[in-house]
Amino acid sequence: MLFAAIAMQKKVYFRGTWLPWLLVAPQLIITGVFFMWPAVQAVMQSTQLPDPFGLSSQYVGMENFQFLLNDSTYLESFATTALFSVSVTLMAMVPALFFAVLADSVIKGSGLYRTFLIWPYAVAPAIAGIVWLFMFNPSIGVASYYLKFLGVKWNHVLDGDQAMLLVVLAAAWKQVSYNFLFFLAGLQAIPKSLIEAATIDGASPWHRFRTITLPLLSPTTFFLLVVNIIYAFFDTFGVIHTITLGGPERDTSILVYKVFADGFVGQDLGSSAAQSVILMVLVGALTVVQFRYIEKKVHY
Amino acid sequence: MSILKKERAFIPLAIATFLLATPVAQAATEIQWWHAFTGRLGELLDEQVATFNESQDDYAVVAINKGNYSETLNAGIAAFRASEHPTLLQVFEVGTATMMGAKGAIKPVYEVMAESEAKFEPDAYLAAVAGYYTTTDGQMLSLPYNSSTPVLFINNDALEEAGIDSSSPPATWEEVGEILTTLKDKGHECPLTTAWQSWVHLENLSAYHNVPFATKANGFEAADTELAFNSPAQVKHIETMGQWAQDGKFVYLGRRNEGGANFRSGECALFTESSAGYAGIKSEAQFDFSIAPLPYWGDVEGAPQNTIIGGASLWALAGKTDEEYEAAAAFLSFLSSSTIQAKWHQNTGYLPITMAAYEQSKGEGYYEANLGTEISIIQMTGKAPTENSKGLRLGSFDQIRGIIDEELEGVWNGSKDAQTALDTAVTRGNELLRRFEKSQR
Repeated sequence: MLFAAIAMQKKVYFRGTWLPWLLVAPQLIITGVFFMWPAVQAVMQSTQLPDPFGLSSQYVGMENFQFLLNDSTYLESFATTALFSVSVTLMAMVPALFFAVLADSVIKGSGLYRTFLIWPYAVAPAIAGIVWLFMFNPSIGVASYYLKFLGVKWNHVLDGDQAMLLVVLAAAWKQVSYNFLFFLAGLQAIPKSLIEAATIDGASPWHRFRTITLPLLSPTTFFLLVVNIIYAFFDTFGVIHTITLGGPERDTSILVYKVFADGFVGQDLGSSAAQSVILMVLVGALTVVQFRYIEKKVHY
Repeated sequence: MSILKKERAFIPLAIATFLLATPVAQAATEIQWWHAFTGRLGELLDEQVATFNESQDDYAVVAINKGNYSETLNAGIAAFRASEHPTLLQVFEVGTATMMGAKGAIKPVYEVMAESEAKFEPDAYLAAVAGYYTTTDGQMLSLPYNSSTPVLFINNDALEEAGIDSSSPPATWEEVGEILTTLKDKGHECPLTTAWQSWVHLENLSAYHNVPFATKANGFEAADTELAFNSPAQVKHIETMGQWAQDGKFVYLGRRNEGGANFRSGECALFTESSAGYAGIKSEAQFDFSIAPLPYWGDVEGAPQNTIIGGASLWALAGKTDEEYEAAAAFLSFLSSSTIQAKWHQNTGYLPITMAAYEQSKGEGYYEANLGTEISIIQMTGKAPTENSKGLRLGSFDQIRGIIDEELEGVWNGSKDAQTALDTAVTRGNELLRRFEKSQR
């Protein structure tokens, strides 16, 4: 009897539909209010041409999109954005992995190292921008002063490549902390026995890293790849705004910066909404591609 | 018992709160003024507000800083959309067309003043300043608050070191060119720099040489205006500046007034900047400096005409009560009084907005004691303004300035020639003007 009851209990599941809905409700509400609703609003606004004060608004259909796609400078900024995003992702992930491997092998004072490495994540993008701008200010910056001794004439105000390098560094710097945290957790989840077995078999540290650690880290790496690309696409306008304003010329004018500048400096909310819809579609497509093709190479 | 004790303990606190609250409750109409001033200018502004609040008991003005000019305008617009806007908003001159277009969002200053008993004489204001914010039929829409015009600041010590006589400053760009060559030959690292490149080297350059920056009287007459700053006069100037940039005679340091730090530290010899840069230069410069009128091209007929203003004005926003507008009128009238204006003008380097304030400063001997501070006023008012030199009234102008900045940077770093850069800026800017025109329908 008792055994039968236990066996029955195992098959029991909640027939009612209200409890599961209730349990996921908080998440659904948050997603709805903070993600779905604004997204729908953006799509609706992208077909409007409002005046800045919101006193009147005209329905213009696809005209906002046509205006953008006829603008050669807007099309140029896709290439700028690609270069920026790939650079930020690489600059944020590679050093993070390097530091995580080092911190993972530290025995004494590891807590201290970790705290310092995580610290920059607390800095807001715009503040990070100001900090880097101070260091690389062509006339008063510490970094540009020392670069002069190395024969480098630092002037990101007029040199587009230097400007790009600077915004990439500033945007990637604070993201290194975030990636570090995940890589470290990933490294600690790798069974020590595997590494020890390989060591006994005579595998060199680099060989162990390449054939054991890296493949076992691939789920973490894949997750971070997606997160970092989204960060580079959406969260970096503060860095651009404080360091370069998109200049010199349009060399650091990435897509999300134009969304910000047109919407919040130029008060052109219709165009700004259309741009964010384009950006949303672009990043959505990119994420699908990542899941379909890159995820196949991930070992879980 | 214990509950009673607790309650009793609150009684003195309640009385104290009541006593403290009483004077506030009596102070009549309170209005908010959102502005964009920080640092020294913010202090001077707060002082004006405090003086006003102490001078009478009927109104209280609360001044709140909302960031820089762009941020303040945005905060005002966002607040208006949420019906939580201030009564007075400081808007920079490039936002003028945006504010004028928003008919339901503003209450013109001439109306605010007419409905109250406050003193208001439109003729008392300097025409060259007030004209920027006045309709073509002479109605003042916003009250000019801080207005400046570009001048040339000179580091006399740097010139003397290079063997140049600093007692007769250069009047024309041709003469500036010679000085730059001498400075460069003597190994000077930064002969010339500028602030606000579009405002100084295109907008004011156009007015000063009496050529249009845009058609339809620079947008004053109609919204279907088109940019026109790619004519030979402007191209020649930008081309020359571009050549100077390539030769290391003109050093570009940024889109805003980044160059100011380099001039004040003595690094740069010549500096084109707003006359309001005077306060900072005077307090920081460890060298002998002088102020000269903005240079002009000697070969352009009719030059110099007059320069135009930059800065900001105060707009009254719609949807407030009669009492609040009365308070606003009293405050605007107070700001226009000659004592307040003369003080503001002398402390900041901004232009006086009334003739009376100018006369008062003269009478006080301010210009003799501070050589060069009168130049900006003479430069603005020396000739009756033409339709090319009254000012600019262009929609989306903040973004158009951004486009001009981008294109000029192409000239300074040598990747574009002046004609191409200005043509591109005109084409791109016109697209924005048409879009703005459409949004106003």
